[in-house]
Amino acid sequence: MTYIAKPKLHHPELPKNKLGYTRRDYEGAISTLCAGCGHDSISAAIIQACFELDLAPHRIAKISGIGCSSKTPTYFLGSSHGFNSVHGRMPSVLTGANLANRELIYMGVSGDGDSASIGLGQFAHILRRGVNMVYIVENNGVYGLTKGQFSATADPGSKDKRGNANLDDAIDMVALALQMGATYVARGFSGDKDQLVPLIKGAILHRGAAFLDVISPCVAFNNHDGSTKSYDYVREHNDAVNRLDVIPPRAPIQAAYEPGTVETITQHDGSVLKLRKLEAHYDPHDRIHAMHYLEQRKAAGEIVTGLLYIDREPEDLHARLRTVDAPFNQLNEADLCPGAAALEAFNAGLR
Amino acid sequence: MSQERVNDFVVKFANVNGSGSASANRLFAKSVLRMGVPVSPRNIFPSNIQGLPTWYEVRVSEEGYLGARGGVDLMVAMNPQTWDKDLASIEPGGYLFYDSTKPLPTSKFRDDVHVIGMPLTEICNREYTDARQRQLFKNIIYVGALSALLEIDVKEIEKLIGEQFKGKDRLIAPNLHALHMGRDYALKYLPCPIGLRVRRANRVGNRIFIDGNNAAALGCVYGGATVAAWYPITPSSSMAEAFMRHCRKYRVDAASGANKFTVIQAEDELASIGIVIGAGWNGARAFTCTSGPGISLMQEFIGLAYFAEIPAVLFDIQRGGPSTGMPTRTQQGDVLSCAYASHGDTKHVLLFPEDPHECFEFAARSFDLAERLQAPIFVLSDLDIGMNERLCEPLQWDDARRYDRGKVMRYEDLEAGREFGRYLDVDGDGIPYRTYPGTHPRRGAFFTRGTTRDAYARYTEEGAPYVENMQRLLRKFETAKQYLPRPVVAKAKEPARHGAVFYGSTGPAMKEALDRLEEKGVFLDTLRLRAFPFHDEVTEFIESHDQVFVVEQNRDAQMRALLLNECGVAPAKLIPVLHYDGTPITARFITREIGESLAALNVKPIKRTA
Repeated sequence: MTYIAKPKLHHPELPKNKLGYTRRDYEGAISTLCAGCGHDSISAAIIQACFELDLAPHRIAKISGIGCSSKTPTYFLGSSHGFNSVHGRMPSVLTGANLANRELIYMGVSGDGDSASIGLGQFAHILRRGVNMVYIVENNGVYGLTKGQFSATADPGSKDKRGNANLDDAIDMVALALQMGATYVARGFSGDKDQLVPLIKGAILHRGAAFLDVISPCVAFNNHDGSTKSYDYVREHNDAVNRLDVIPPRAPIQAAYEPGTVETITQHDGSVLKLRKLEAHYDPHDRIHAMHYLEQRKAAGEIVTGLLYIDREPEDLHARLRTVDAPFNQLNEADLCPGAAALEAFNAGLR
Repeated sequence: MSQERVNDFVVKFANVNGSGSASANRLFAKSVLRMGVPVSPRNIFPSNIQGLPTWYEVRVSEEGYLGARGGVDLMVAMNPQTWDKDLASIEPGGYLFYDSTKPLPTSKFRDDVHVIGMPLTEICNREYTDARQRQLFKNIIYVGALSALLEIDVKEIEKLIGEQFKGKDRLIAPNLHALHMGRDYALKYLPCPIGLRVRRANRVGNRIFIDGNNAAALGCVYGGATVAAWYPITPSSSMAEAFMRHCRKYRVDAASGANKFTVIQAEDELASIGIVIGAGWNGARAFTCTSGPGISLMQEFIGLAYFAEIPAVLFDIQRGGPSTGMPTRTQQGDVLSCAYASHGDTKHVLLFPEDPHECFEFAARSFDLAERLQAPIFVLSDLDIGMNERLCEPLQWDDARRYDRGKVMRYEDLEAGREFGRYLDVDGDGIPYRTYPGTHPRRGAFFTRGTTRDAYARYTEEGAPYVENMQRLLRKFETAKQYLPRPVVAKAKEPARHGAVFYGSTGPAMKEALDRLEEKGVFLDTLRLRAFPFHDEVTEFIESHDQVFVVEQNRDAQMRALLLNECGVAPAKLIPVLHYDGTPITARFITREIGESLAALNVKPIKRTA
């Protein structure tokens, strides 16, 4: 929905990454979201993460549903194919796309209205199938496009702009993702870029179903006193269990930090995640502990952020289905068609 | 008076669902086929797992009529629950074969039906101690008895048993034993042969015996489908299962053991079509198979695929509707809901296979069409074709055949600087060019969306680009005709003023009905529809006849409505002939309806006198 064209002129001395791309190459159209929208910060974090990971922008497919959050793929990775599908059904479209070509990086972008209500079923099933992707929910607890109704992630008792209290319980997307089998589960805050960018980078490098819930305040309808998704509220109640450094596989592995404060996780592709623990006893490899910890802090009125769970040896959908290495969309008649002789043999068995 | 019929009769088996009769009944049908006599069996089964009545009707027809005939000449009544109904359906002079272990009062029979009793339960109880064996072998025993009563060559049945249990050889001898026990009993105690007999003929030829879902699934393999996403629903489930089976046979890489296919049993129909659309967008050939309720659930996504122009193939194995309707009965009730699926102005390509042979061919072709037209393609089969084995021409494939991947701009095209606008009508045929995601670092990327956009895929709510786009979609629909199977037009032996239009599974009954009508001096030209949008011949056919019967299997004359809507012909020209009780349409029904209708047309209006 952008009417203003961005200038294509780049400053010649813009820093370039290993592929020769500047940060501008990862940008999209100018955002038409409200000034100060948390979603724009998430777009900026995605741009930075992809730039720093030296990813070829066109090898990323960004797929979304319907809603404010689902508009954001227009605002990053302008050289990538995007797909703004239907409300709540992004996961199935992403699954199909992933099956067709396993070589691209899939980024599913959704919102709490999209994923926690109409899309709750598809959200659950894409995680349990282990589709290799980054699934980001830009979570503001409110329907922005339709001007301020509570979403299913709004906390009970939290107030809308008119002062009405939410009567329903909230769906915690992170808790659900842990239960549904996501192999990388994290929560970030759009107002904490230092934490968010590494979380996105870690999710991209993870070869399995990575889920990232990002609290993203809606400045127009949910950034007031009484909201539990406002900037102030989240800053005051944020309990960060860890901070992440991501080292892509091609970079030399750096010396470890002080014992006891840093943990390194080497993924299948050789990338290294360094966890700087803020919470002394937090173990991100224990799914049950993560679920327990989440509930415990929630009861104490805190919002847990950071990398909550990671499976060191994730298995993705293609591994489970034992598909060939070649992308399906590159297979041709010779690969796929059994031919006339096989058909004649088939016919012979039916007489 | 006894029915005396050779190679021309209907046998119906009345069983209890779950009693293991299906394979024995199929053995019977195939043994007739092996004697060179065409058969067309039909499963008539309840929407239930176990215990309710189920029937298997075998039409034996040397003349090769494969449609349902109606009426029964020999009823094998193995289900006491349905006794009265089964007895009533026997034609006068016909035969009743039943288990006479327990004597029945004469009031339970009919004077005009020959009764053949055989103490099946008693024989089984004497021979077998195991309860399951008693039940299963009872079925083989009656097949043995029927072989004697109808003069079926028992060697053919023996051979079939050998084929059926290949790899499970220890089962062959007990089955042969049961077969001969039944046959020997019949030869000794029953009036063999009866008036209905099978005589060896040479009328099957090279044809094969296969059900439509199996053939369609193989068509998907040959057509290059790599992604199948589905949600179980009768009567389409067997298609997804067959695709899986065929892929395991034909699509596993010999060296690595890796699969060149995926079958995803999705969480629901919405996810199924979503997966298909995602895969189609990304350049893989993908399909889903479902039935009417599934099509209802998929509507929003179908509109997206239409408007965003994404290839997708949907197999709709139609059943009785509306709502849950008659899940295990047949109908052609989804014509309109598929033709105009989703909200707003949409029109979709439909294919109407007549038999398993066309199920295979249209399935394979549908992927070419989907990619050529960048659109959803519906293959409208139904339960009658999908779940019943039918004699049809062998499946064919030309190894020189190449997939039509449609208008795709590859890296080289983009690199060469050819203008790319996702929705530009470069060739004037309404079909734009697309690129697969990830093709080129700088060119060809676009945003796919269900909202309005201009020819370069840029979002816009302006009226002019919207109208232009909608007009282009119509142009594309017109273009589609040249790629679709043409209608099959057949002239009557005599010049005919009237015509008949029909499609899909109505074909076999129609063929027979035309012969019966000819015998009565009624001549009809016919046109069998094979695709929508309609070719120009369809309008020409209607316009060149005084009146045209539109024969179909639904209440609301859906195809007639589509013809009126799309061909602009006068409504009075199209006379509906409608059959929709869930059973397959019969030649008897068509003959009667058209006969009566023509008689009524010939009635001269009474002149009023002042």
